[in-house]
Amino acid sequence: MSDQIFHDSATDRGHRAKWWTSRILIYGILLLWCFICLFPIYWTITTSFKMAPDVMKGNMVPWVDFTPKWLGWRSLGLSPDTIGNESTVRDEFLKRFYNSAVISVSASTLAVVLGSLAAYGLSRFSYRFGFMKNDDISFFFLSQLILPPVVLALPFLVLYKSLALLDTRIGLILLYTLTVLPIVIWIMRDQFGSIPTELEEAALVDGLSIWGAFLTIIMPIALPGMVAAFILSLVLTWNEYFFAALLTSTNAVTLPVMVASQTGSQGISWWSMAALSFAAILPLIVIGILLERFIIKGMAAGAIK
Amino acid sequence: MSGQGDLLHVVTADNITPARLRLSKAVVWGAAAILALVALVQALNANGQIDLGFTNWRPTLYAFILWSVALCWAQVLGKGEYGKRSLFVLPAALFVVSMVVFPLIFGLGIAFSDWNLASPTGRKFNGLDNIRQMWGDPFFWNALKNMVWYVLAILPEYAIAFGLALLLNAQIRARKFFRVAFLMPLMLSPVAVSWMIGKSMLEVRFGPISRLARELGVDNPAFFSSPEIARFMIMAMDAWTYIPFMMIMILAGLQAIPKELTEAAKVDGAGSWRGFWEVTFPLMLPVSITAILIRIIFKLKLADIIINVTSGGPGGATDSVTSFIFREYRDRSNVGYGTLLAMVYLVIIVIAMTILMKLADRWMRPKF
Repeated sequence: MSDQIFHDSATDRGHRAKWWTSRILIYGILLLWCFICLFPIYWTITTSFKMAPDVMKGNMVPWVDFTPKWLGWRSLGLSPDTIGNESTVRDEFLKRFYNSAVISVSASTLAVVLGSLAAYGLSRFSYRFGFMKNDDISFFFLSQLILPPVVLALPFLVLYKSLALLDTRIGLILLYTLTVLPIVIWIMRDQFGSIPTELEEAALVDGLSIWGAFLTIIMPIALPGMVAAFILSLVLTWNEYFFAALLTSTNAVTLPVMVASQTGSQGISWWSMAALSFAAILPLIVIGILLERFIIKGMAAGAIK
Repeated sequence: MSGQGDLLHVVTADNITPARLRLSKAVVWGAAAILALVALVQALNANGQIDLGFTNWRPTLYAFILWSVALCWAQVLGKGEYGKRSLFVLPAALFVVSMVVFPLIFGLGIAFSDWNLASPTGRKFNGLDNIRQMWGDPFFWNALKNMVWYVLAILPEYAIAFGLALLLNAQIRARKFFRVAFLMPLMLSPVAVSWMIGKSMLEVRFGPISRLARELGVDNPAFFSSPEIARFMIMAMDAWTYIPFMMIMILAGLQAIPKELTEAAKVDGAGSWRGFWEVTFPLMLPVSITAILIRIIFKLKLADIIINVTSGGPGGATDSVTSFIFREYRDRSNVGYGTLLAMVYLVIIVIAMTILMKLADRWMRPKF
């Protein structure tokens, strides 16, 4: 009785082989793309712990190829042995970091406030500003997205110069708010459109004013959307380089401008540049890992209607 | 969202007395008068007719802010409940108008003048000279031509993004991990990317990619010395950062497709290949077009990576319009010519995008 009586038919066995190849193919491509996405980050982290010979020999794996050293971080004043000491580079870095943080957070907040109000109004009431009706107003806001920054950059340079707003944080905040406002309005319009108007009607019947209904009933419901818009704006404004490079010189310089000016000077002190680059992208990596849900929600807002 | 009629019906019992109406008018016009007065005084001061010791135009700015606030307040005063509604949109509208429309009109004035910020002579109106200069500027046309290439590079990006979205939408484990990993490049600032990839990984002597290329038998890998390869490298870096963006939009679209449709196609005997082309892809067309249009808009702003990696070289082969104008300003600090180029660029973009959107509209309309 060693003979097996029941066999899988040839088609079934073929199917299983096909299934395995497709599995291997799918995971192979996924892992390959993962590698492409993550390798530059890995490279930057490891390079910040390398020394000159390690860079030249092309060592890749810490503790196997080379022993990690704090060289790069020491030049930033952020290594364990220098963290207690005075360091001009670190002060500079922290100042830029602070600038970036203040500018991006305030610009995003302002954009979310202005944008949410506008999006709510446009989704609920019909307006008439001169010849412009609701659709025209929406289009007016969204069309700002097409405007390339370079068109505004030079006029703003001149305007800010005469308004003494050049190289100030306020100036950058206003501009950044402008650049992310259409995105916020787009996301929030979607968000408010999906909230039924019966909610406000009930609130109004119960005696709330329109603004009261908006602030106490609608805002809490739309909060996830607002968070998504906020995070997306934060990412965009944190990374913005073009306006910052043109409009700031000493006081209000943001982190990308500092990174650009440091790395622009060619040289082979890769470890310190790697440390600087990594310190600049670290906050966003953390945000990306922790708040991935909101970012995806924000970006998907326009995709599905 | 049609603009016909309020979605939210409110019965307003406003009792606006004529006095209140007059007050609202007075507030707006009073603030406007203050603004006009301040602007006039400042203009006289700037021309040197009177000397009040203003060093900048801040007072006019404050007067403008005052007027904006007065306008918002007057809406409530004069129109009651209806005015409170317009208060939702008015701040954003005022903000955008003052930040876009005014600088644009101002920019038009700059565009037709010769204005070197570094020289003390100030602004000189020079008519059509800038246009003539632009006409004969090979670098500007070259930059425009490059933009066409950069925009065309979106198609392969789209294909890759679609493929990745399909994979993420398939039955896989650790989906969240892959999603986070794939999203990472989008979070990084282009400036950091241009160092991480452009300046260190692609470095000729020690960069890992150059090493890999040498291993593969390329004798002298140089990524930024020949025009075509340099342009391709810029495209690749930009694609690396923005593929996640398209991927996520497409993924959202894929997840919104009802399962019944793909299952029905399977039952009807369509293989995965035909199922994709005849069910999934057509259903994804609107999402795809939206994603591509937004991507084009972002692509037209491409500059950071170019400025930091090649600064337009070799010989302007990688220049985008934005990076070219940036360099033009950095080198000569002449705002007039740069502004004119930017304006021309804007006109070209608006025309091209209008045509594209019209075409997209036609494609998206169902054929049957």
